[in-house]
Amino acid sequence: MITRNIAVAAAAMTVAATASVAVARDTVSIVGSSTVYPFATVVAEEFGKKTQFNTPKIESTGTGGGMKLFCAGLGTDHADITNASRLMKSSEREMCESNGVTDIMYVKVGYDGIAFANSVESPKFNLTLEQIWTAMSAHGGLPATWNEVDSSLPNQPISIIVPPPTSGTRDAFAELVLEEACPLEDEDKCAELREDGAVVEGGENDPLLVNKLVENTDQFGIFGYSFLANNADRIQGAGISAASGQNYNMNYADPTIDTIASGDYPIARPLQFYVKAAHLDVIPGMKEFMDEWVAEGTWGPEGYLVDANLVPMPDAEREEFRNVVQNRVVMK
Amino acid sequence: MNTHASAASATEVVQQGLDKRYSAESRFKIYGILGISIAMVFLFILMFSILSTGIPAFSKSKILLPFYMDPEVINVEDLADPAAARKINLRKIVNDSKAAFFGATERADKRQLEEVVSTLAQLEVLEHIRANPEDVGQTVELWVTADDEAGRWYKGEVDETLPENRRPLNDQQIEWLKRLTAEERVKTTFNDTFFQGGDSRNPEQAGILAALKGSFLTLIVTLGLSFPVGVAAAVYLEEFAPKNRFTDLVEVNINNLAAVPSIIFGLLGLAVFLNIFGMPRSAPVVGGLVLTLMTLPTIIISSRAALRAVPPSIKDAALGLGASPMQTVFHHVVPLALPGMLTGTIIGLAQALGETAPLLMIGMVAFIVDVPQGFTDASSVLPVQIYLWSDSAERAFVEKTSGGIIVLLMFLIAMNAMAVLLRKKFERRW
Repeated sequence: MITRNIAVAAAAMTVAATASVAVARDTVSIVGSSTVYPFATVVAEEFGKKTQFNTPKIESTGTGGGMKLFCAGLGTDHADITNASRLMKSSEREMCESNGVTDIMYVKVGYDGIAFANSVESPKFNLTLEQIWTAMSAHGGLPATWNEVDSSLPNQPISIIVPPPTSGTRDAFAELVLEEACPLEDEDKCAELREDGAVVEGGENDPLLVNKLVENTDQFGIFGYSFLANNADRIQGAGISAASGQNYNMNYADPTIDTIASGDYPIARPLQFYVKAAHLDVIPGMKEFMDEWVAEGTWGPEGYLVDANLVPMPDAEREEFRNVVQNRVVMK
Repeated sequence: MNTHASAASATEVVQQGLDKRYSAESRFKIYGILGISIAMVFLFILMFSILSTGIPAFSKSKILLPFYMDPEVINVEDLADPAAARKINLRKIVNDSKAAFFGATERADKRQLEEVVSTLAQLEVLEHIRANPEDVGQTVELWVTADDEAGRWYKGEVDETLPENRRPLNDQQIEWLKRLTAEERVKTTFNDTFFQGGDSRNPEQAGILAALKGSFLTLIVTLGLSFPVGVAAAVYLEEFAPKNRFTDLVEVNINNLAAVPSIIFGLLGLAVFLNIFGMPRSAPVVGGLVLTLMTLPTIIISSRAALRAVPPSIKDAALGLGASPMQTVFHHVVPLALPGMLTGTIIGLAQALGETAPLLMIGMVAFIVDVPQGFTDASSVLPVQIYLWSDSAERAFVEKTSGGIIVLLMFLIAMNAMAVLLRKKFERRW
């Protein structure tokens, strides 16, 4: 009796499952980086308002998690687009190909600056990448105060909150600052942070981090540019110079849209997304959503994404990636 | 103390001991009161901070502006048809009208006006002109929603004394906002947008309805599955199942399941419901199934406790009068245990209402703008919406976060009130 009931229940579930597979999806499904999320959502919302299509659904899974979902296969059960704050790794490419996801379009959308910020109550710092490395590294002599790093800096204890290792911002900071300015021969040791309490790990929640900096004015935090711009009444970004050595006439650049776009501000990374070309003609609204992304009014220097603090690409790059979308150029 | 004390001092000893016992008793009372007061203080701090930051989320600033309904842009025939009306270039109407009102001619000035009037104004103008097509060609004064930063200014949350580059609004924008106040073109109204729409990247347009409905749909699935299954399992295990090794094993497993971290159920849901059965991602039906798995142990355990609490004399009397075991259970035991079962179910559902971890794995932590229309539409839930807002850069989302928490608490209170009512209705005393 019980076994028969179980069999009936199992049969019913199978029927329900097959029925749900047949339901076609009419909403674009996007996964991926939490750094690209605030920009992608703005575009999705604008697209939903302007057209008769559904507003695309965007999950903030992180770049790595997004790649896994994206590369899991073709078809309406799988994501159409994945946002990324770094390039696709070769291992991820292989995973994609082994699951039949072969035609992938790569679209860069703009740049994001990373700010090294403290409370506005504290003096504003001007730092070189090398100085940041010395202050943070496990192999930089472990200075206790900033003027031990360089005599021109204030006599203020070093205290820096870094994002957790799961964060894309941490990866980018390690690559663009710690590895870039590293004087060590052994490159594996470049991104090792000191563990004497001067550098501590914070959580993923940026508003909380801002509150910490406001309470402890000696502390520095690491933020994406849009966060700094929205909290300019409470935190300020240090001027950064990529030059090295004992040159005191260095050009320090404050993080702003203009300095990041021109490349004067050295800590900036590209943001991008990957698209399944095979889905373009299957999912209603997907083509049109891509067109919305590459419109000048969206990602251009006067577009609405600039208001969301995305740093636009130069004209030539925008032209290049608009071409990718319009002519469906897939990655080699 | 001397145990060989005389009879005269015995009362003294008792007296002394009595004093000790009384003081121990009153100390214990003080500890209890202290414990409760600490809890009350924390509860008060929590409620105060949530309410004080969250209440402003329920109001919004509106601005009265003249709009010129340009007949060259608005085609009267388009207004009747929603699809055609959507194509009207309302951005131009709104931008031209506000530029004319504030005297902004330069491109840079026009851009600065974006921080004063919300893009929601386009929809508000459309609504008006669709209801009053005769206004095409006229200039109409309309109340439209202010932008989030302007709203924060009118709520007194922007510090004007800061240097210009540290303020979200520059001197020019503040001058415009002050002009509007001086001309009595500003009012604060109930924020109906907050209860009418889904998520948005513009704080003044963000709404809780999509998440609220998502939570509702998810909980309906959870309730519909977990209550009957949980009660059936409890009745079988308590009243019919033979006591042997196998049922012992089942019991141990159920107790263990109640203590499993909720994210595990999310992984299970991903593997079984999405990957094997191919159900849609981000859908309330899958969320409901996952949360059913999570709440089942709670419901089974509390239902069994409720069944056990029914006096055996009632069962014996029913059996003695010739009722079959099944009649005994369903006519007498289950109705008497029902209030306890309902309490357990509501506790389980309240837990499910606050969960985000298992829903992360099945894609319900997502940016959803459209309000879900059914169990298979993409949807988020209340705690997810609160989490997403709390992580947003725009400052006006701080009050939305607390506003969302208030709505979640109201939902919970409503659920608990329902449980109390049902319990009152079914409760029997013996």
